[in-house]
Amino acid sequence: LNRAATVQLGSGAPLVRDSAERERIDNVRPANWRNPAPAPHYDLVIVGAGTAGLVAAQAAASRGAKIALVERHLLGGTCLNTGCVPSKALLRTSRLYAEMRHADRYGACIPGDVRVDFPAVMRRVRGVRARISRADSVRQLTAAGIALFFGQARFTRADALEVEGATLHFGKALIATGARPDTPAIPGLAQAGYLTNENAFDLTRPPRRLLVIGGGPLGCEMAQAFCRLGVQTTIVQKRPLFLPREERDAAQILSDSFARDGIEVRLNTRVLNVHVDGGAKLVDLVSDDYHSTVVVDAILTGTGRLPNTTGLDLEAAGVDADPQHGVQVDDFLRTRNRRIYAAGDVCLDHKFNDTAQASALIVVENALFGGRRRLSELTIPWCTYTDPEIAHVGLYARQARERNIPVKTFTIPLHDVDRAIADDEEVGFVKISVRERTDRILGATIVARHAGEMISEMTLAIVAGVGLRMVARVIHAYPTQAEAIRKAADAYVRTRALSYGQRRSTAWLRWLRR
Amino acid sequence: MNHGAAAADADEILLDGIQQAAFGYFRQMVNPANGLVADTTRDHWPCSIAVVGFALSAYPGAVERGWLSRDEAVELCLAALRFFRDSDQRGTPDSTGYKGFYYHFLDMQSGRRTWRSELSMIDTALLIAGALTARMYFDGETLQEAELREIADELYRRIDWRWAQHDRETIMQGWKPESGFLHYGWEGYSESILLYVLALGSPTHAPARRIYEAWSATYQWENLYGVDFLYAGPLFIHQFSHAWIDFRGIRDRFMREKRSDYFENSRRAVVVQREYAWRNPLGFAGYDEDCWGLTAGDGPTNDMPGISGSGRRLLGYAARGVPFGPDDGTLAGWAALASLPFAPDVVLSTVRAMRRRYSQMHTDHGYASGFNPGLVDADGRCWVSPGHYGLDQGIVTLMIENHRSELIWRLMRKCPYVVDGLRRAGFTGGWLRSQP
Repeated sequence: LNRAATVQLGSGAPLVRDSAERERIDNVRPANWRNPAPAPHYDLVIVGAGTAGLVAAQAAASRGAKIALVERHLLGGTCLNTGCVPSKALLRTSRLYAEMRHADRYGACIPGDVRVDFPAVMRRVRGVRARISRADSVRQLTAAGIALFFGQARFTRADALEVEGATLHFGKALIATGARPDTPAIPGLAQAGYLTNENAFDLTRPPRRLLVIGGGPLGCEMAQAFCRLGVQTTIVQKRPLFLPREERDAAQILSDSFARDGIEVRLNTRVLNVHVDGGAKLVDLVSDDYHSTVVVDAILTGTGRLPNTTGLDLEAAGVDADPQHGVQVDDFLRTRNRRIYAAGDVCLDHKFNDTAQASALIVVENALFGGRRRLSELTIPWCTYTDPEIAHVGLYARQARERNIPVKTFTIPLHDVDRAIADDEEVGFVKISVRERTDRILGATIVARHAGEMISEMTLAIVAGVGLRMVARVIHAYPTQAEAIRKAADAYVRTRALSYGQRRSTAWLRWLRR
Repeated sequence: MNHGAAAADADEILLDGIQQAAFGYFRQMVNPANGLVADTTRDHWPCSIAVVGFALSAYPGAVERGWLSRDEAVELCLAALRFFRDSDQRGTPDSTGYKGFYYHFLDMQSGRRTWRSELSMIDTALLIAGALTARMYFDGETLQEAELREIADELYRRIDWRWAQHDRETIMQGWKPESGFLHYGWEGYSESILLYVLALGSPTHAPARRIYEAWSATYQWENLYGVDFLYAGPLFIHQFSHAWIDFRGIRDRFMREKRSDYFENSRRAVVVQREYAWRNPLGFAGYDEDCWGLTAGDGPTNDMPGISGSGRRLLGYAARGVPFGPDDGTLAGWAALASLPFAPDVVLSTVRAMRRRYSQMHTDHGYASGFNPGLVDADGRCWVSPGHYGLDQGIVTLMIENHRSELIWRLMRKCPYVVDGLRRAGFTGGWLRSQP
């Protein structure tokens, strides 16, 4: 061993030490870990073992490349430890509570005592996280032949970096250090204390009253989850609607859903300052010129994410970066230093797990195997996992119009879909936009209980160049909510039938009747 | 008399009665000293500048039908126009307006801002559309009518539409002296097509033509329930601009691309409303093909006596729409009626059915703003919005008039500002061809 690097857990170390947490830590940063002696040269050194780093490491190693992977904190990054995985586990339980309270809608009896057992909820979250951590574990990585180093990486030259005193020489490097919560600059917030996704899942007791700042995906998901877990929740969003990038109808449906859940919705509202009085947090708000104060026990911020670029000494490697947009890359995900690439949240606008994976695979191909794959060629779907979920892929109608593409949208409300009616999940829609007078799919938005599952069909269609006419020919299992997609395709076919096809059919029928 | 003629007479009698009742609102709620008209009949309610716009547009029809003498109408118009001309335009918290725009709600007596309301671009447009309607109708040689035309012109010309763009490509929704521009603009198809036409027609402060393209870039052309149309949920969006502008046969770039026009689009919006009501996905009482009308209007709230236990979330005054709501089971009879020019047969049959089933939502004083068939009292009567709203009576008055005589459309087809505005927005064809 070059140097024994004993694990030092940094901030964000688990507060709960149950068996699930012990398993997770054993998987993602074992206490007795010692970094290996570095090899003289690596084909690819990856900095950051979050989604992008792990995917790149496993893909490159499986193709025979010599890989070193450096992680300063926990394997699995945000997604596993403080992001997608725990939040979805939390959302599932919160949805169950919501369903219990509305069991009569399904012809069932409402349980007599719908009492939230918050410790049990969080225990399940930790259990899910521990189980999924096995896939990203030290054991799996070392078994794949990946040299794993824990510690802060610092570039020392254009082709080398240092970690815990060891120097790693590389042919190519990948920066995949991810992102962290962007805390809004609100006077008094830091002093009052606040939650982010990095510590919200460590809660052992629920706050009685919660203010969520930010109406993006994270803020919306967390507000709904905590509200359904019995927390009196207020959400503040400075824009007129939630999820400003999404279809207005989708955002409107979400607002209505929040109101039904009992979330106090404050749109067009900014947080001015926070102060503490007798243990409570007093938050001053302003909407246009209307001032108000809400009193809460906890504040959760979900106002975006900032790329992790500090401490890497990127200048030494000739890599450009800025604190807001992260590492600067070209369409091949290459930095100014042609040996060094970046992938995932540290360099992308779309800070999603799936995009991080896709970008990592591009880097492996381009950096190691002479590929010329471009980031701009990706078709990226995304989903906000509220109830209902809001998923999108491709262009929005307004983007198409801005590009002078004539666009037409086929809309199927879920109240026209048998399975949605049977499931009492009629709130939502499928909207598929096509280039006018063609069946070429430009984009799709789905608002549905499981929109994230349904959007993949649209993504596949766009990637494969499948038009709506072909989608209409695909038999969709009945009854499913995905049938809404086929109904939209049917609607397309009918509109075309009214023009060319109808004339042809009419002529054919006339001939038959002779 | 044959059956067809008798039916037509019955329709005429029905519509005349409704229109006269609706117009009565303006006689009842106007302050003759300054021409301001209250937003609703409720006690101590302020003036809405949009309602003044509807009143100014309704007076010509009332003169034609003998409900108001020409002199009375000129007096009322002049009172309002003089008031706005002489109003405090400093833009202070208790002024009346700024940059040619006016605060949404004004005190009925002093004409000063109330409720800390916003300087409203769309409501100013509705007001000024009324001023221009009066300008076009009162074409007499008398000093009063000449003055009326002069002031209407002055009010229109002094509106600084370019200022209202702030730093955007489109026009902002509002401004407040305390906090500046409201931080959102118009997005998606809406009643503000009138606003953009009036802005673009301005000989003094017209924004660049691209403002209209920038706004219409946010349109959504959708196939919903098998109907192709320019989507907007609440019905009033498909009606308000049509009170003044005859959209039959004239098309902007968007409608040329879609081979449709805004008038036909509003007809299709009726079809979509009926389809939604027939489906009635939320299972509300009363909804069917002959009972619809989801729009912006008054509705019940959960804190009203005897209602809180209903178990559903009630929205109060809100913009209800189809097919994605919000929808709390509240309908507006006036909204169905205001689509009369687009689909006369369907609307008349709906109007009759709704009045027969829910007679309490229409009285001798006009339509209530909303009614909720699913919320009934101990006597079985459904919830009806108390009093009346000026906007509702205004759109009913104007749309019936356009259906019966096309009076407002004819007046505005000759209004040079509207013609210029339409052309600058890219409209061609139809009646625009014959305009100088």
